[in-house]
Amino acid sequence: MPFTFTEENINKINTVVKKYPYKNAAVMPVLYIAQEQNGWISIEVMQEVARTLEMPEEDVLGVATFYTMYHKKPAGRHHVQVCTNVSCMLRGGFDVYKAVKDKLQITHGGVTGDGKYSLEEVECMGSCGTAPMIAVNEDFYENLTPAQALSIIDSLK
Amino acid sequence: MEKIVLPDIENFHNLDVYLANGGYTAVKKAYAQTTDDIIDQVKKSGLRGRGGAAFSTGLKWSFMPKSTDKPKYLCINGDESEPGSFKDRQIFEFNPHQLIEGILITCYAIQAKSAYLYIRGEYHKWVNLMQKALDDAYERGFVGEKMKETFGHNFTCEIYIHKGAGAYICGEESSLMNSIEGKRGYPRVKPPFPAQNGLWGNPTTINNVETITNIPPIINKGWEWFSAIGEPKHPGTILFGVSGHVNKPGVYELPSGTLLTDIINIHAGGVPGGKKIKCVIPGGSSMPPLRGENLEGVKMDADSLRAAGSAIGTGGIMVMAEDTDIVRVLSRLSKFYHHESCGQCTPCREGTGWMVKLLDRIVDGNASKKDVDLLLNVACNIEGNTICALGEAAAWPVKFTIQRFREEFEKYTADTASIDMPNKVHSMRKTVNPVAKVEV
Ligand SMILES: Cc1cc2nc3c(=O)[nH]c(=O)nc-3n(C[C@H](O)[C@H](O)[C@H](O)COP(=O)(O)O)c2cc1C
Ligand code: SF4
Ligand code: FES
Repeated sequence: MPFTFTEENINKINTVVKKYPYKNAAVMPVLYIAQEQNGWISIEVMQEVARTLEMPEEDVLGVATFYTMYHKKPAGRHHVQVCTNVSCMLRGGFDVYKAVKDKLQITHGGVTGDGKYSLEEVECMGSCGTAPMIAVNEDFYENLTPAQALSIIDSLK
Repeated sequence: MEKIVLPDIENFHNLDVYLANGGYTAVKKAYAQTTDDIIDQVKKSGLRGRGGAAFSTGLKWSFMPKSTDKPKYLCINGDESEPGSFKDRQIFEFNPHQLIEGILITCYAIQAKSAYLYIRGEYHKWVNLMQKALDDAYERGFVGEKMKETFGHNFTCEIYIHKGAGAYICGEESSLMNSIEGKRGYPRVKPPFPAQNGLWGNPTTINNVETITNIPPIINKGWEWFSAIGEPKHPGTILFGVSGHVNKPGVYELPSGTLLTDIINIHAGGVPGGKKIKCVIPGGSSMPPLRGENLEGVKMDADSLRAAGSAIGTGGIMVMAEDTDIVRVLSRLSKFYHHESCGQCTPCREGTGWMVKLLDRIVDGNASKKDVDLLLNVACNIEGNTICALGEAAAWPVKFTIQRFREEFEKYTADTASIDMPNKVHSMRKTVNPVAKVEV
C-alpha cells in the first residue's frame, strides 16, 4: 500500500530534523513517526522515509531491520511484551509468559486472528526491581502474578 | 546518610521545587570559573563513571582537545539495557533537573555546544518525563539561547533527547554514537577514541546518566566533600539496584564501599523465607557471579569487587536463593547476549550462538560432561577477540559460572552424550544426520 505522511506528521518531521546537523540522522525518530501513523514499517513506508530524508532506501532498511522496536510486519492493536530475562525469571516471569501464551494462543512474534493482540518475549525492560512485568504498547505493568497479567489483558478494549 | 543523586525531597522532579532547593545555582558557580578549573575539581573529586567501567570522569573530560575548530559533543548514556540495571530510570523520573544541570556544567567544561541524551526506546514514559523537564528548563531560560541572560555568561548549549529503538548494544559508547547519527548500532573499532573522533567525526565525550547527575553537587559543595564519601578510591554514593530473590527489591542510594551483605540483608530486606543465597551477580548481568558463601566482607566499590573476583558494572545486584537453577539462569542469559550481538565480529556472532545451543543441550539433558568444557572453550575464544566489550559481557557469565558453579552442571550431564552425533560440533545442527553413537 502506498504511504505518504499526513500534514501533521510532516510538520513533526520538520521539527525533529532540526535536532541533528544532518537530515539523515533523523531516520530513527522519523521511523517512529511513520510507525505511529501506519502501525508498522512496510517497504513503502521505508521508501517514503528515504525520500523525505533524502537518503538511500537501503540505509533506511538497514536501520529499520536493526532495531527491534520497529515492526516489520503488522502488530496487534495491543502489542503485549513479556520480559523473561533473569530478574523477571527469578520472580516468575516465565509463568507470566506461559499464562499469556496459553490465553492468547500465540507465541513469540504471533498475532491473534482478529488482530487484537500480538505477543513478544522481550529482553530486560528495566523493571527488574518491580519484576515480573509486562508491557502493552507503551505502558508498563509491574509486580505481576500470572493472574494479574491475564486480567490486564482482559481489560484491554 | 545524605543522598546525592536521589534526594528524599518530595516533588524534586518539579522545576519549582528543584529551584527552591538550590537548583541551577551550580551552573552559575561553574560558569564563573575556567573550564580547566571545573575539570580539575571533577578529577580531584574522584568521581568515576557509573556506566560500567568506573573510569575517572575528570580524566575522560581532559581528553577532549582544546584547540580545534570542530564542534564538540556530549552524549549522555541512558540506554540502560543491561539485565539487572534499572537505576537511570529513577533519575529521569525523580531528579531530571539535576541531570540537566549536570549536562549544562559538563558541556561548559568540555566546550560542547550540543548534548544528546540517549534514552532506551522502551522507556516511553521516562522519555516523556524527561522531555517535559527539558521543555520546562528551556522555557525558563536554563537551556538554549536564553542561558546568556539567565546565567550572565555567553556560553550556550542545546540539549536533545534521542530515543533508542530496542538494542542493548547501543549502550556501548561507539554504537550509541552511530545510533544518534541515524545508523545501525554497530560499535566502532577503537582507536580512534570518541574524544578525537566521535559523533560525526567530532570530539565527543560519553558519560552515563548517573555520572552526570553527580556533577552539580560536586561543584556546589566542593570536591573535598565528595571525595570524603564512601570508599576513597571510588568515592560518592552509588545507586544499587537490587533484584531477584529479596524481600524489598528496588534502587538504594548508598555510599560506595557498603557491604554487599548489608545491601541485601538490611536494605533489601533479605531473602524471602530466610533461604540461603546461592549466587549473586553484583554489577548487572555481564559481571562475574559470586558464590553465596563468598559474600562475607565484600564491599561494593570497583576495587573491592575486583579483588573479590567480580566487577561493579552498573551496580545492579541480582540475588539468587539456594533453590535457583543456575544452569537455567545462564541459559537464559546466553540467549540475551546472542540476541543482542550486533553481528559484526565472528567470535561474538557465532560464539554466542554456539553457547546458546550448548546450553540448550545441557538443559535438555543431552550433553556429556565434556560439553561443559566445550562451552568453556567457546566462551574463552570470544573474550578478547572482538570489536567491543559485548564479547566479554557474553563470555564472562559463562566462563565464571562454569568455574564457580561447576557442580550445578553435574545433574544435567552424563559421562557420555545421549544423542547420536558424528562429531560434537556438527551434532548441534538440527539438520544433522545421526551417524553413529559416539563415545565422548
Ligand atoms: C555492551 C555494552 C553495553 C553498555 N551499556 C551501557 C548502558 O546501557 N549505559 C551506560 O551508561 N553505559 C553502558 N555501557 C558502557 C559505555 O560504553 C560507556 O563506557 C559509558 O557510558 C561511559 O560512561 P561513564 O564513564 O560515565 O561510566 C555499555 C558497554 C557495553 C560494552
Ligand atoms: S563484540 Fe559482538 S556486539 Fe560487539 S561489535 Fe562484535 S559482534 Fe558486535
Ligand atoms: S529482567 Fe525483566 S525487566 Fe529486567
